[in-house]
Amino acid sequence: MGVGRRMIKQGPPPPLDESKITMLKKRKAGEPEIAPKAKAAPAKKRRRSDADEQTTSKKAAPKKSKANGAPNGSAKADKKKVVEKKVAEKKKPVPMSDSEDEDEEMEEMEDDEFGDLDGVSDGSLDSDEGVGRLSDLEDDDSVIDSDGDDHPRETMFSDDEDLSDAEEQLTAANIEGLSRKLDAEQQAEAEEAEQELQEAAMQTNIAGDRPDVFGQDGQPGLAPDLQLLRQRITDTIRILGDLKTLGQADKSRADYVDLVLNDICTYYGYTRYLAEKLWNLFTPMEAFAFFEANETPRPVVIRTNTLRTNRRSLAQALINRGVVLEPVGKWSKVGLQVFESAVPLGATPEYLAGHYILQAASSFLPVMALAPQPNERVLDMAAAPGGKTTYMSALMRNTGTVIANDASKPRAKGLIGNIHRLGCKNTIVTNMDARTAFPKAIGGFDRVLLDAPCTGTGVISKDAGVKTSKDERDFLAIPHMQRQLLLAAIDSVDHSSKTGGYIVYSTCSVTVEENEAVVQYVLRKRPNIKIVDTGLGDFGSPGFTSYMGKKFDAKMTMTRRYFPHRENVDGFYVCKLKKTGPTPVTQSSTTETSTKPGRARSSSKTESTDDESYDKTPILDEDGSAQDHEGGSFGPFAEDEDQERINRAERNRLRRKGLNPKGVLNKPKKNKDASALKDTENPKEEKSEAKKPEVKKSEAKKPEEKKPEAAKKSSNEGKGEKKTVTKGEEKKEKKSAKKSAKKSAK
Amino acid sequence: MRALDETETRTMFTKLASYTGASLSNLIAPPAEGTAVTERMVFRLVKDRVFYLPERIANFATSIPRDSLLTAGTMIGKFTKTGKFRLNMSSLSIIAPHARVKCWVKSNGEMPILYGSNVLKAHVARWSEDAPEHSGCVIFNQNDTPLGFGVTARSTAEMRKLEPTAVVVFAQADVGMYLRDEDTMFTT
Repeated sequence: MGVGRRMIKQGPPPPLDESKITMLKKRKAGEPEIAPKAKAAPAKKRRRSDADEQTTSKKAAPKKSKANGAPNGSAKADKKKVVEKKVAEKKKPVPMSDSEDEDEEMEEMEDDEFGDLDGVSDGSLDSDEGVGRLSDLEDDDSVIDSDGDDHPRETMFSDDEDLSDAEEQLTAANIEGLSRKLDAEQQAEAEEAEQELQEAAMQTNIAGDRPDVFGQDGQPGLAPDLQLLRQRITDTIRILGDLKTLGQADKSRADYVDLVLNDICTYYGYTRYLAEKLWNLFTPMEAFAFFEANETPRPVVIRTNTLRTNRRSLAQALINRGVVLEPVGKWSKVGLQVFESAVPLGATPEYLAGHYILQAASSFLPVMALAPQPNERVLDMAAAPGGKTTYMSALMRNTGTVIANDASKPRAKGLIGNIHRLGCKNTIVTNMDARTAFPKAIGGFDRVLLDAPCTGTGVISKDAGVKTSKDERDFLAIPHMQRQLLLAAIDSVDHSSKTGGYIVYSTCSVTVEENEAVVQYVLRKRPNIKIVDTGLGDFGSPGFTSYMGKKFDAKMTMTRRYFPHRENVDGFYVCKLKKTGPTPVTQSSTTETSTKPGRARSSSKTESTDDESYDKTPILDEDGSAQDHEGGSFGPFAEDEDQERINRAERNRLRRKGLNPKGVLNKPKKNKDASALKDTENPKEEKSEAKKPEVKKSEAKKPEEKKPEAAKKSSNEGKGEKKTVTKGEEKKEKKSAKKSAKKSAK
Repeated sequence: MRALDETETRTMFTKLASYTGASLSNLIAPPAEGTAVTERMVFRLVKDRVFYLPERIANFATSIPRDSLLTAGTMIGKFTKTGKFRLNMSSLSIIAPHARVKCWVKSNGEMPILYGSNVLKAHVARWSEDAPEHSGCVIFNQNDTPLGFGVTARSTAEMRKLEPTAVVVFAQADVGMYLRDEDTMFTT
């Protein structure tokens, strides 16, 4: 029954032939005695048509919903309903078709012919009516309608005749029973169709309907139904998009967010902490897209080694080996995206000869932002496995010097292999801790690339272990290390370089703590740097200028963020900094004190005035203050004023930890005064020491040096700014070491 | 990190000269106008490893603590405990442009070489005319990409008489080692 796709594609239906319709009418009018027989006839045929109708109506459902969106479509649907009802009423008392019915049929046919907007949906309705009229002719007609109206009418008539032959097998005895059965079936079917229509309307036109996503909790202990879970996630996200109209009155946004986060944790396998962190970066819709994108792998990208070959000949060589590839995008001249490969890409003769390297598209970006020039001195602080280092070397055409450092020796092995395979002859590979080694070992670089070690929240698609392995501690310790690295990177750069003086900071993480917050920190700590344009054009999205109440530098929009769901590269962050002047000696030596007010200000703005005076007070180490209590070298102390400060600092500390100070402080105290005292002196360092025990260990070598801070400060100021950067840097190094030694002594 | 002494230099240059012949002097040519050489290149010894690098970079590398310095420039090879010199795979990019004896293999011979096997006569597409027996030979593929190096088993004249399955170059190193010997290649 029905026509194939071939027919549907053949264009719009031909105009209705009036003569045939009139013929049809005549036949019907002229053969009343056949009608009762005909009435039962569909019973057999119905089996077939029923099944088909179901399938057609199923197919029709989505289309129907579309049509309902359009005004004329819905009007028509209403009309159909009316017609249907009429027919249903009529057919019970008089099973035979009368003239009125036929008129309707005429009208309806015209509808079908000319209103092809919802031809399919109409068809499915027609089929009901057709059955109602008990004429297999109509039945057939309608079904043809449902598939498309271009079926030639001639065949329809011939069909009709065949069927009417078959009908004559029915006897008068079984007619009544069959017809009753048929009626019941029709009624059921009509109801079903009505219901379906309503469902379709519900899916498209949801206004006024407030889905309840809270009520569908599965049984605890059972494995969750992923299908349902996903449905609920999408539902909740839709509600969050328009909470006012879709949300339930007694539920707040927080409830919905809580629900969807729990679902995301279950569905994708994140820890709640990480899911929340990532969720907060985006709008609900985007966050969902991000989580989804983390489940699919990014495209395989290779980078042409321009030291050995060019992209065109490499592409040709690989295509000859059965690799399907194309340029990765307009933004890169050396990248090739691989779609499928008949050979392992990591073991082709071209790979071994160093013509290309497998490298994620996102890791091109920091090097492109750095844009190293020939004959420069460039540092890569965290180089392994060497994709970026070799790219830099290639951009410099093997001139100048590239120093590639990595803190891990096993990882450096791969780095050395790649450097030699790709023929980079201007590199030195070192294995040092970049935080302390630079600029001590070598400084004065024209450019420094810091692709900092990170939590890897941008590369979850590569390493799903991130979902569960990263906890709160990592999100404190890793940014802290990144800050240290970035400060070292800034200090290693030669600001007076004719061609350079740039630092590029990048991470493969998307969280703000590791990106904007780190950059903001060094902007505050080093006044001699500024954010400059990355030079990556408009590829990527701008960095955040504010996030969850934190305000960042206005120029943070010049940094670039990359997301798997937007750019289809790994999640990435690139920031380019320019060093404009030498790091002031006083700045570097008093960094600890000067940053403290900044930190306090960022956490609570109201107390900024107080912080100014706080800045001027000489900083005491714990032993010093203890001596004072016993009548040491310092003058008298205002105890109550101190206590006030101590309390405030304690409140700040708690607030930073995310606790409610009122709630915690009202609890019974346990040795609070001592800790509070510590906090007033250096709340930040306290925190950092807790984060990095190994740093503390290394710095704890010189505990005996305990000069009063004030004296030291004045001596520093006496020295003034040093012209020679490296010397100043070394001095600073020493001083900070002393200072930290003191701290650890506490 | 230090410059090589007299005997070390002699040992190493003897080895290199078996591959490069007289053009060895190009490797240590002083920079001159109008040539490709723009910098003075030097050999430096770290423990037993020899590196070939521009003097400028060698000077930089002196400021790196010895324990932390993993490589600088290109690693050429190492001195064995008995004082012999052994070329490393990574020296291929140094000796290939100056090779005296060359051997081009057909595309069907590429993969066996990358798996470390010797070069058979059947795989040889082209061969340097005047190659003596037991001299260093650099193996190229048809696109002139160096694949490895080795020692000739026969002179060119003798080779002509051999059956197709006979070995003509004993392989010493090939670029497949970047995968096979990744872990041990650069350990110090």
